[in-house]
Amino acid sequence: MRHYLIRRIILTVPTIIGISLVSFVVIHLAPGNPVDSMTMLDPKVSFEAREKLMAQYGLDRPIYAQYMDWVRRIVFLDFGVSYRDGQKVIAKVAARAPVTLLINILSVLLILLIAIPIGAASAVRCGGLYDRFTTVIVFIGFAFPGFWLALLLMSLFGIRLGWLPVQGIVSLDFDTLTAVGKTVDVAMHLVLPVFVSCVGGIAGMSRYVRNNMLEILHKDYIKMARAKGIKERDVIYKHALGNAVLPIITILGLSVPGLIGGSVIFESVFGIPGMGRLFYESVMSRDYPVVMAVLVIGALLTLVGNLMADISYSVADPRVRYDK
Amino acid sequence: MTNKLFVTGMAIVSVLAVMVLMAPVICRYDPVSINIKQALLAPSNAHIFGTDYLGRDLFSRVIYGGRVSMMIGLVAVMIALITGVVVGSISGYYGGVTDLVLMGVVDIMLCFPALFLILAVVAMLEPGIVNIMVIIGLTGWMGVARLVRAEILSLKNREFILTSRALGAGSARIIFKHLIPNAIAPVLVSAVLGVAGAVLLESSLSFLGLGVQLPSPSWGNILMEGKASLGVCWWPMAFPGLFILITVLGFNLLGEGLRQFFLPYKV
Amino acid sequence: MGMDYSLKGLPARGDCLIAASIADAITLIPMVASDSASHELCSLIYSGLIRYDKDLNIIGDLALSWEISQNGREIVFTLRDDVRWHDAVPFTADDVLFTYHSLIDPKTRTPYAGDFNKIESLQVINPYKIKVTYAQPFAPALSSWAMPIIPRHLLQNEDLSFAKFGRQPVGTGPYKFVRWVTGQQIVLKANDDYFGQRPYIDYYIYRVIPDPSTMFLELQAGGVDLMGLTPLQYNRQTQNVYFNRCFNKYSYPSHGYTYLGYNLRDNKFKDKKVRVALDMAVDKQSIIDGVLLGLGRICTGPFLPDSWAYNKGVMSRRRDIPGAKRLLAQAGWADTDGDGIIDKDGIKFQFCLLINQGNSLREYAAQMIQQQLKEVGVMMRIQSIEWGVLLGEFINKKRFEAVLMGWGLPPEPDCLDIWHSSRVREGEFNFISYKNEEVDRLLEQGRLVIDRASRAGIYQRIHSILYDEQPYMFLWIEDSLPIIHKRFKNIKSSPSGIRYNFTEWYVPSEEQKYGPRHKVLL
Repeated sequence: MRHYLIRRIILTVPTIIGISLVSFVVIHLAPGNPVDSMTMLDPKVSFEAREKLMAQYGLDRPIYAQYMDWVRRIVFLDFGVSYRDGQKVIAKVAARAPVTLLINILSVLLILLIAIPIGAASAVRCGGLYDRFTTVIVFIGFAFPGFWLALLLMSLFGIRLGWLPVQGIVSLDFDTLTAVGKTVDVAMHLVLPVFVSCVGGIAGMSRYVRNNMLEILHKDYIKMARAKGIKERDVIYKHALGNAVLPIITILGLSVPGLIGGSVIFESVFGIPGMGRLFYESVMSRDYPVVMAVLVIGALLTLVGNLMADISYSVADPRVRYDK
Repeated sequence: MTNKLFVTGMAIVSVLAVMVLMAPVICRYDPVSINIKQALLAPSNAHIFGTDYLGRDLFSRVIYGGRVSMMIGLVAVMIALITGVVVGSISGYYGGVTDLVLMGVVDIMLCFPALFLILAVVAMLEPGIVNIMVIIGLTGWMGVARLVRAEILSLKNREFILTSRALGAGSARIIFKHLIPNAIAPVLVSAVLGVAGAVLLESSLSFLGLGVQLPSPSWGNILMEGKASLGVCWWPMAFPGLFILITVLGFNLLGEGLRQFFLPYKV
Repeated sequence: MGMDYSLKGLPARGDCLIAASIADAITLIPMVASDSASHELCSLIYSGLIRYDKDLNIIGDLALSWEISQNGREIVFTLRDDVRWHDAVPFTADDVLFTYHSLIDPKTRTPYAGDFNKIESLQVINPYKIKVTYAQPFAPALSSWAMPIIPRHLLQNEDLSFAKFGRQPVGTGPYKFVRWVTGQQIVLKANDDYFGQRPYIDYYIYRVIPDPSTMFLELQAGGVDLMGLTPLQYNRQTQNVYFNRCFNKYSYPSHGYTYLGYNLRDNKFKDKKVRVALDMAVDKQSIIDGVLLGLGRICTGPFLPDSWAYNKGVMSRRRDIPGAKRLLAQAGWADTDGDGIIDKDGIKFQFCLLINQGNSLREYAAQMIQQQLKEVGVMMRIQSIEWGVLLGEFINKKRFEAVLMGWGLPPEPDCLDIWHSSRVREGEFNFISYKNEEVDRLLEQGRLVIDRASRAGIYQRIHSILYDEQPYMFLWIEDSLPIIHKRFKNIKSSPSGIRYNFTEWYVPSEEQKYGPRHKVLL
């Protein structure tokens, strides 16, 4: 076990180097530079001022020197300072990451909680009315453009019905609320974003569980169990479901980048100041240090997600370790 | 069940394809002709989807927009497919260091949230349909590469391959003649599902203001334009959204149908 | 019974105004900030030496009075002696000197050094008197002192570009900084110690809502008191009973114009006849009606309408398709091959118009111009490009044929940097490469002459030359369309907008919405 762990972790080193390289190259291949979007079209910005800004940001140095410099610093989590406001990049990311992580973790929990029962039930009743109904719902849910759904839900629940707040993560009078009040307030604000961010996941995951379950229900050992006269309920819930759900761990690891990526969309719609929104703002203002930091950190989160998935899978199902 | 998914998906996709291809025949109006006196008219017999801010017929725009959106989806997937098949087969066939390096690249690419990478690149390059297709394609090939590699690994040592190698067939010939055709089923399934994903991605990009450029309508940017009238009229946002939904639904059903047809009980 | 009805509706302190904005501020150090969100907040937190009143006249702010010498090279400011920074330290001339030094310090990342580099010396005569000397007469000098003054005692050992101060500013303005929750809100509180009239409204909350249509939803939900409407929202979404009961809407010309700029190095656009013909082919009023829903006016030149620099004699050309075709024919452009596109020497008249992404009004307008130019046989393509790339790769490098953009219209009309033929280097603002010797001379004169009446003559002449020569196709000045909750009283529309008397806005006590129970405000 320990041998597997060590090997698995060592294998991530080249990946991390690759991640840093891709993040850096993507940004620096692009035309245009941040000084232009910062200063241009303000008649009070002089030509000399522009040149001066370029030199101050170090944008006049060769690209490999900029890369080496950057890598040397990010090893110590020093991503430099933002071009936009001079704040430490790592502090900006740290301020924005918790909301995004909270929403994503809630989404994942909700996806598991809803998708597994739905998927399992439709596998058991494969071809029945329930299965057909959920299949239709699942496919429609999976096909919804997230931002469209978000806007539709927002005008329905936020404006027409007035049940839920439409913007941000807390109310203006948040600080005056009791602990219970605060929790309720945040929860109310999170209902729509979490729902929107997990609709696709619920659909995809329940489909996955259903198919997995179907496959297992056709396996010999299940048939055997049935033949032995074990109760159908036990066959399904003890033998089949456990095996069908196990591979979900891996799928979860793989779904991390999709969730983080999706946060750009729903954070824009719901005005949530998370990492996705930070990334979008930084891209649009060419705040290179922040863009690169979010790319690297987003990728590292995925890497960690995958690593944890692999490890827990190998703990749960020891065969894996020797297979690979 | 299999049949139903496949048939429904096929029906949706075919109807959409026909509508989009026959656009000049079924549209009564020019999708780009402006008539500000007709701005934001509700759906009626004259304009069955209503009109937009500049008085353009929304039905025509949605149908012509479908051409752009579907083309982006198809071309992006073609690019992903070609890249994925090439990388996957080289990796699987040659193995060793080549395999290690290529799969390393796949691992790296898979770590990035696709939307982040696409946003960063699209925002910084000169925009345009071509760039969007290429970028969506180049961030979506990794799954195909893994599939193809896995298939080829499992086929590589089968008898018919060994036989043809013994008969002196070259690597390229073996890869293209024997290995790829055998891996086609899972690749096809993932390609069909990929079209749905690419159409969704295009609309997300347009939503963020980084999508297809004017004046070409695409579902994403018609929807984006329609968002400005959110609260005053529903039709400019409703119809393009609905078409995205139906298209994605169609391709997903088709893909799922194919999957069950080729690979029953296999995920 | 016990209620004193006579107090109803009277000015009262209290309540809170929640303003919505698309973007968060970047830094609250005024000279380092270059975005409008930061500037808006800085204007409440800080004061300059001078400011503009409702009719755009210069009046004193931190300066009580000033004298400009006969030769126009010296200004002596007498400062108020009753001003204290938000941390209670007295304000003195040293702060002005410090602000000046920070502006011209090469280490400061400021885009606003230009006007201050013209200063030869700045002398502190006594703590409340300073003398500014310019190398030569500089007419915009006085207006440049609207620049907010920053506190020396808090910043003298700081690097302004990175100072923490940018996120916890201290000024002398009507509002004090309370808190900044990144990406969500910035809270300001009325300054009890303000040297002017203490604002009635106790709190100002600046809420960030990145998407305009969701911002509008939030206005309806009651979470926002003030926002700028789009023309569509103004005309069609806010006409119902609910809005009439709860909100007041205002409309007044914004301080900015939109134009279509030609690259004058491009052979197609070198001929004035061609540019005039294109101007005749485009019906500005139809664009204003269609895109701005009538909420704007035709622009004929780069000056604020109704200001002293504006030439009322300049009349907008009427749309005249045959006339435009005639002019194009005189310039050698005609449709010789019958494909509907005019050509000359075998080259078709087609060009690409660049616009910046995400500005839907400009996108609509570009499409209307495209359709109208087609009628005279000119093929225009549209490409929208992300702001940074548009500026850096296309405008700065002069790699464009035509571009749809806008300029602000400040009360000070000096626009030498935009039109002078010397301002054509990469990154400078005469990116269309306009050159007219008379305009060059007039622009230089406009800076040297101090007398308002003579300056008016100069700028009005520039106005008429520019309209005649059409280096830009001047398009429109759109209206600002703020909407404000009805409980706020004493809001008056004026040439400078509605914000100029913000400290006088109030909510009668019986209508106040946010009170002490909202501890968020403390």
